[in-house]
Amino acid sequence: MSLRYKAAVAGIGETRYEKASPKSALHLQFEASLAAIEDAGLDPKSIDGIIPIGITGAPAEEYVANFGLTDLRFSALIPHGGASGIGALQCAAAAIAAGLCTTVLVPSGRNVSSGARAGVRIHQMPQFRFVTEFERPIGAIAPAQLYAPMARRHMNMYGTTSEQLAEIAVTTRAHARLNDNAIMTKPMTIEDHQQSRMITDPFRLFDCSLESDGGAAFVVTSAERARDLRQPVVELLGSAMGHPDSPSSLTQRAELTHLGIAKAARLAFEMAGVGHDDIDVAEIYDCFTWVVLCQLEDMGFCEKGEGGDFVSGGRLGLDGALPTNTHGGLLSQAHMLGINHIVELVRQLRGHGDRRQVSGASVGLATGYGDMGDGGLAIMAAAR
Amino acid sequence: MNDELSEAYWAGAANGELVLQRCDSCGLVRHYPRILCANCYSFDWSSVVAEPAGTVYSWTICHHVFDPSVTSEIPYTLVTVDMTAGVRMLGRFESDAPPAPRQAVTLAFRASDGGRPVPVFTPATI
Repeated sequence: MSLRYKAAVAGIGETRYEKASPKSALHLQFEASLAAIEDAGLDPKSIDGIIPIGITGAPAEEYVANFGLTDLRFSALIPHGGASGIGALQCAAAAIAAGLCTTVLVPSGRNVSSGARAGVRIHQMPQFRFVTEFERPIGAIAPAQLYAPMARRHMNMYGTTSEQLAEIAVTTRAHARLNDNAIMTKPMTIEDHQQSRMITDPFRLFDCSLESDGGAAFVVTSAERARDLRQPVVELLGSAMGHPDSPSSLTQRAELTHLGIAKAARLAFEMAGVGHDDIDVAEIYDCFTWVVLCQLEDMGFCEKGEGGDFVSGGRLGLDGALPTNTHGGLLSQAHMLGINHIVELVRQLRGHGDRRQVSGASVGLATGYGDMGDGGLAIMAAAR
Repeated sequence: MNDELSEAYWAGAANGELVLQRCDSCGLVRHYPRILCANCYSFDWSSVVAEPAGTVYSWTICHHVFDPSVTSEIPYTLVTVDMTAGVRMLGRFESDAPPAPRQAVTLAFRASDGGRPVPVFTPATI
């Protein structure tokens, strides 16, 4: 059985994204969730499935209590960091296709400004226990330091340059400037990127994503039922998740320049029945610039090692060969765990992208990347 | 926190030795310490002293202070090394020049303020 044409994202919601919000993570999650449910034209009490994003902390029971749900039939937890949103969408579609439930809420939201930064948070996560025991004492503290050797390896093997990574940051910033709900909107040039301070070589400040407060959520229902709801229908065509070998630590992986999505991409494209040339818009998880480049290769948009050329010359821009991260991504809009990537893909496929709408976008994809390289993608389309 | 799996590694490191797990059934050497051999699924293993030598796989040079404990050490280099024992390790790299791909390196352990011996790699002398 395939998930093709079985499910649709019927509602999307986001709070304002901020560097520091006075609202609690739970408040932000509820605010985004209610916005997504309202966007679909549904009543909160119609939610009968919930897949919270694990690292944002609130279990399904919080929603039962606060929304007064009386008939929750399905809940699950997807523990893959920034790949959790894609995993949750896949899980929701599968549960709906199997008849377990009809209307699944995928909520997320966090207030990181009030607590620990990423370099502390990851060491509280069980999947990072080897990193915490063996690598943190050496000085490998934050995600940037774990991922930078992947980019360095890619540079050594294929001649990828910092200027090519800058192309990703600059294009993404240009898109954020067209988004009224983006945190970083100051213009950026390649030179600005090259002048930004070195964080952990080869990653400069502008290669790194933001730490943001806010919430984002979406509602999944059957493709059939979505036709009776408020918004233009955006259907799931295909989805797959993949995990890299030896995921205990990045340093333990045989080859650092392949991510889990390399295993998932072919499965998702086959399920969707579309090819790479059919993709009009791509929302690609961008915790670091290089991770975008690597995923483009791993998904087969270009050969391994050719990602640097692929992203250059504005090819990821709104008028480029593959308009990418049209909302400004984690790099410039907000770090909302990639849920904002799914929200933006739906917005684009509805034709509601406003100043940043990709002309004629009818098929697109969103990806997720989490923790030690877990990855996945969802290919979606505007219903014909 | 040491557990029974990693106790031997840390004890060895404190003595300046690289101590790894070796599967009693198939002989595969593994790192980091794990309960189960991913090759033959044996739970049985022994500790072996491995050669403190390898070649550089990749690295990053850290300039940002992610934790106050490293303030005085910035910039420092983290290097991933393919050890001759067949496993990969993360360590500090100390030399006048940055590392290079496949550069031969030698491992030593250095005591640290945090209590954990730190693996330090330097260019191998021929």
